[in-house]
Amino acid sequence: MRSAEVHLRVPESAGLQQGRRLVEICNACRYCEGYCAVFPAIELRRQFTSGDLSYLANLCHDCRACYYSCQYAPPHEFALNLPKAFSDLRLETYERYAWPRPLAALFRRNGIAASVLALLCTVLFAWMAKTPSRSAAGSENAGAFYAVVSEGVMIAISGAAFLFALLALAMGLRNFWRDTNSPSALDAPSLLAAFKDVFTLRNLGGGGDGCNNHDESFSQTRRYFHHSLFYGFLLCFASTYTAAVYEHIFGWISPYPFLSLPVLLGTVGGAAMLVGIAGLLQIKVTADPGPASKLLLDIDYSFLVLLFVAAATGLLLLAMRSTAAMGGLLAVHLGVIVSLFLIFTSPAPSSRRATISPR
Amino acid sequence: MVDLPQSCDVLVVGGGNAGLSAAITAREAGASVILLEHAPKAFRGGNSRHTRNLRLMHDSPTATLRGSYSSSEYWNDLLSVTSGKTDERLARFTIDGTSQLLPWMKAHGARFQPALEGTLSLSRTNAFFLGGGKALMNAYYAAAERLGVNVLYDTEVRSLCLARGMIREVFAVKNGASAAVRPKAVVVCSGGFQANIEWLREYWGDAARNFIIRGTPYAQGVVLKNLLEQGAAPVGDPTQCHAVAVDARAPKFDGGIVSRLDCVPFSIVVDRAGRRFYDEGEDIWPKRYAIWGRLVAQCPEQIAYAVTDAKSEKLSMPSAFPPIRAETIVELAGNLGIDAAALEATVRNFNQAVRPGKFDPGLLDDCRTEGINPPKTHWARPIDQPPFIGYPLRPGITFTYLGVKVDENARVIMQDGRSSANLFAAGEIMAGNILGEGYVAGVGMAIGAVFGRIAGREAAKVALR
Repeated sequence: MRSAEVHLRVPESAGLQQGRRLVEICNACRYCEGYCAVFPAIELRRQFTSGDLSYLANLCHDCRACYYSCQYAPPHEFALNLPKAFSDLRLETYERYAWPRPLAALFRRNGIAASVLALLCTVLFAWMAKTPSRSAAGSENAGAFYAVVSEGVMIAISGAAFLFALLALAMGLRNFWRDTNSPSALDAPSLLAAFKDVFTLRNLGGGGDGCNNHDESFSQTRRYFHHSLFYGFLLCFASTYTAAVYEHIFGWISPYPFLSLPVLLGTVGGAAMLVGIAGLLQIKVTADPGPASKLLLDIDYSFLVLLFVAAATGLLLLAMRSTAAMGGLLAVHLGVIVSLFLIFTSPAPSSRRATISPR
Repeated sequence: MVDLPQSCDVLVVGGGNAGLSAAITAREAGASVILLEHAPKAFRGGNSRHTRNLRLMHDSPTATLRGSYSSSEYWNDLLSVTSGKTDERLARFTIDGTSQLLPWMKAHGARFQPALEGTLSLSRTNAFFLGGGKALMNAYYAAAERLGVNVLYDTEVRSLCLARGMIREVFAVKNGASAAVRPKAVVVCSGGFQANIEWLREYWGDAARNFIIRGTPYAQGVVLKNLLEQGAAPVGDPTQCHAVAVDARAPKFDGGIVSRLDCVPFSIVVDRAGRRFYDEGEDIWPKRYAIWGRLVAQCPEQIAYAVTDAKSEKLSMPSAFPPIRAETIVELAGNLGIDAAALEATVRNFNQAVRPGKFDPGLLDDCRTEGINPPKTHWARPIDQPPFIGYPLRPGITFTYLGVKVDENARVIMQDGRSSANLFAAGEIMAGNILGEGYVAGVGMAIGAVFGRIAGREAAKVALR
């Protein structure tokens, strides 16, 4: 039984105390209940445990509609700034739920950690790239990636990173689910509802008209750019798996022509990612700093920049696969992908993705 | 230096719901419009920024309203809350006007919550703004600026030069510098005087110092007083204000909705001396909440305490301030700062006077007391389950009733009975024409919206003639 389990809880942080103060004001007001899933979830409670607050913070999609419509926003003496408080709290929860813990601590200094890890991975790949066949690139096998990095090495390293990411994600979800004292098991209807919310970004809608990026006005641009990034990422994923099917089931060996499914999916997906990321970065750079959390913003930037580099090097690799630059590019691309998986699928927004909205 | 044009077609004083409705309407009619808002941008919108809904007449369900709410039902509700202190012609005119509001509001950026089934008893009569009144004000300001209304914040109108029923000049102050404007027409939408403690003291004495003002601190009544001094006809009882009991820990101004308490029917309420003074269970809360501001105002030091126990805590909405808890009544009295022996005796006498009944928080049940004075006629249950809970109460002032008299074109009527040639009024500054007493949810915003649009239209007509 869950109740019999002993939980070691850290003393309540300043972030949690701040979150509770604000959420209690929100619960007495309730004007924002039409904006997103956070407010109906607040209304279900009278008292807020640290688990409740983590849950609410991760339910928040940072659309900021509540900040601009709040009669108690700064400079009011209540200084109610829910998006910022929740962003700070999310950062805490990423650390709390992240698995394994040491990586979570690393994540605290994330901007640097991300770059260092990416660099290490790149160097590792570049080093391995030299071993099997020095003369592959530019030879008659031009465009054959496995000639640069042997398929075994590629699968071993990427596979290990991917499996680790999956494990870390699952452990993070478990920690989150336990801490929020979710009354029910993860059942099909709530998972289905969660997936629907994920795919439509309903909660990034500000009640229908989009987010507040710069001021009181609403805009769908952030949602659309996020869609572009998200679906672009899925297309890239689909590209990889189509290629795997081509090779292992049909026995068609890469490189594939430009009009083949893996290349088309990858090209369109990569381009969509670039557009999405550029748009999101532009919004972040020009956004009103009022409701933003400085610490989380750094993480967001490093995540977006890594994603951008991943997509850009992927596209570049495709364009230049028959040139001598291919070997180096491939190493950089794979290095960035691996570090993305390592850093961002584990300690970072895993708890966000695990959030199920109440309905 | 004040960056203010020396003249314009229409000058709007005050940037709440009525002011923006007037400014937008006048601008769309082709007039050049300046809007002067006393508050800085962060606190713009007057009391409208604390509102949440408006009461609308409608013959059939809409996306934001259930069922229907006829003109006659609306009128009867208004008649009942005002005890007849209303101008029937203007009231019916307002009610009919509300049926036209939704499309106009939506066209100017207003967004509404979908009609909620069951949860809110007002979903048939009132449309709820998505995000509340500040979100509505944000939308209106954006619309006004898009249309080219010249909005100046931090700009207080100190006086208007009113001669023979005509406004000649308006004097304003911004950042300590003064400026004068000669508009062709003026719409005053600057609210009542509820935030002016000195003015309230004229009627309430030093008790006014302990009042909490629920809304904007900018409702100082400067324009209202200035116009009344120059011969505008008054309307509404100057001594009266809408007052409810709010949490005594609320900020002095701008506490808004979160300081309200609705625990009174399920509590006993005592003064500083630990004595009860009124029947807490007289009627359902929406019908009685507005008398408790006055009751608390009449208590020594203008403070009272609602006391109840664990079983009643969850019957009321959570407050922004946590309840004060204790394991015993004596301890609770200490935490609240009232006489412990007196409170203990009051609770003991009350508990002994409670007669058995079937408790039902949703209707006038038969749980009452016998043999104590004052009695508690409904929802009386012994206070005996720790932790015991207390809330401190103070009078919370929503608005004042004194205003200027207007005709149905929103023209200000002078004491000689003639309507002004170019001075119009909308919103709280003239709401007393329709709401001479009492209050019913969303009617203030309805009056502001209907008369704001009329005033804007008529002012533009005068200016462009």
